[in-house]
Amino acid sequence: MVQLTLPKNSKIKAGKVWPKPEGAARVREFRIYRWDPEDGRNPRLDTFFVDVDDCGPMVLDALLWIKNKVDPTLALRRSCREGICGSCAMNIDGMNTLACTKGMEEISGPIKVYPLPHMNVVKDLVPDLTHFYAQHKSIEPWLHTSSPTPETEWLQSHDDRQKLDGLYECILCACCSTSCPSYWWNGDRYLGPAILLQAYRWLIDSRDEATGERLDNLEDPFRLYRCHTIMNCAQTCPKGLNPAKAIAEIKKMMVERQI
Amino acid sequence: MSKSFRFQTPLKQARGFGSGKSGTTHFWQQRVTGVAALLLSLVYVVLLVKLQGDDYPTVIATLGNPFVAVLMLAFLGVSVWHMKIGMQVIIEDYVNQPMLRVLALMANSFFSALVGIASAVALIKITFGA
Repeated sequence: MVQLTLPKNSKIKAGKVWPKPEGAARVREFRIYRWDPEDGRNPRLDTFFVDVDDCGPMVLDALLWIKNKVDPTLALRRSCREGICGSCAMNIDGMNTLACTKGMEEISGPIKVYPLPHMNVVKDLVPDLTHFYAQHKSIEPWLHTSSPTPETEWLQSHDDRQKLDGLYECILCACCSTSCPSYWWNGDRYLGPAILLQAYRWLIDSRDEATGERLDNLEDPFRLYRCHTIMNCAQTCPKGLNPAKAIAEIKKMMVERQI
Repeated sequence: MSKSFRFQTPLKQARGFGSGKSGTTHFWQQRVTGVAALLLSLVYVVLLVKLQGDDYPTVIATLGNPFVAVLMLAFLGVSVWHMKIGMQVIIEDYVNQPMLRVLALMANSFFSALVGIASAVALIKITFGA
C-alpha cells in the first residue's frame, strides 16, 4: 500500500547544531539529512554553517567544505563536479538536482539537503541505486544488430543522429526517477523515467535492429504504463531533458504497431 | 525489499517475470473511451437540458426514440468501461499488497458489471416500454 508517512525508525529527528565558523563575514545555514546504519538511531537533521567566502559557489562546494572542515563523517557521492557524472544527485531545497550545478545563490533561506527521495539510504546523502542500475541493464542499453557488422562503422544520417539529441545527454543521475510518484509506489516493476528515456534512446536509434524486441520487452502494464504524465521528471531533470516526452513517444510506437 | 530477494541478483529482480505482453490495448482503450465519453456526454447534457421540465410520458417517449436509445446505451457502455479500466489503473498504482490487489481488482470488475447491466436494463425497459 502507498505509504504516506515514514515508518517509525525512519522519522527524522532534530540533530546536532554545529558551531558557526569563527571570524566568517558571510555565513549560509545548511540543514542536512544524516543517517548512520551503524548507530541504531533515527535519521536526524544536522545544522551546519558554511563560510561562503571560504568555499566555491555551488552546493557541492559547501558540502565538501563541511566534510573537510566541520564533520568528516558526512557521507555523499561526488566525482566530476561539473554536471556530467551524475554522482551528486540529491534533494536540495525540495527539488532533486545535482549539488555541483546548483548554486547556493539560487536558494533563499537555510539550504535543506536530503538524499534522493524514496530510495533506501546507504548513509547520509548516499542512496542505494542498485535496483535502478539493474533496471538500466535490463533494457540492454547497447546497439543490437543481426546484419553482418560493416567493415567501417554503422552509418547514420544527420537527421537520424539528431533524433538522439535530448536523449544521449542523460547521465543517469536518477533525479527524475526518484521524483516520480509512480516510481515511488511501483519502482520494483515500473522502469521509471530515466530508464524509459534510455530505452527510447535505443528504440529511436536508426542503427539498432531490435526495435520490435525492445518494444516487446516494454509491453507491460507496469514497466511502461505506470507513467501517468505527472511530469515531475521533466521539471526536475538537471540536464533539462524531457523523459515524459520520450515515454509518450514509446507509447505512440506501441499503439502504431497495433493499429 | 523483501527477504526472499536476499540471494537474488539485482538483474534477476529487475527482470522479474518478464514482460506481461499487454498494456497497450488497455492504454488505447482508455483514450478511445475517453474521446467517446466526451462526445456522448455532450449528447447526454443536451438531452437533459431539452427534457428539462417535461412531463413523464414525454421523457419516456424521447428515450423510446431508437436514435436516442442507441446513443444513451452507447453513453452507458462507454462510461462504465472507461470507469472500470480507469479504476483498475488506480488500484494497480496504489494497492501493493498482492491479496488486497486481487480482491480490489475483482470488486472493481463486479461493481462495474453490476452498474453497467443495471443501467442497461433500466434503459432498455424504458425504450421498449415494458
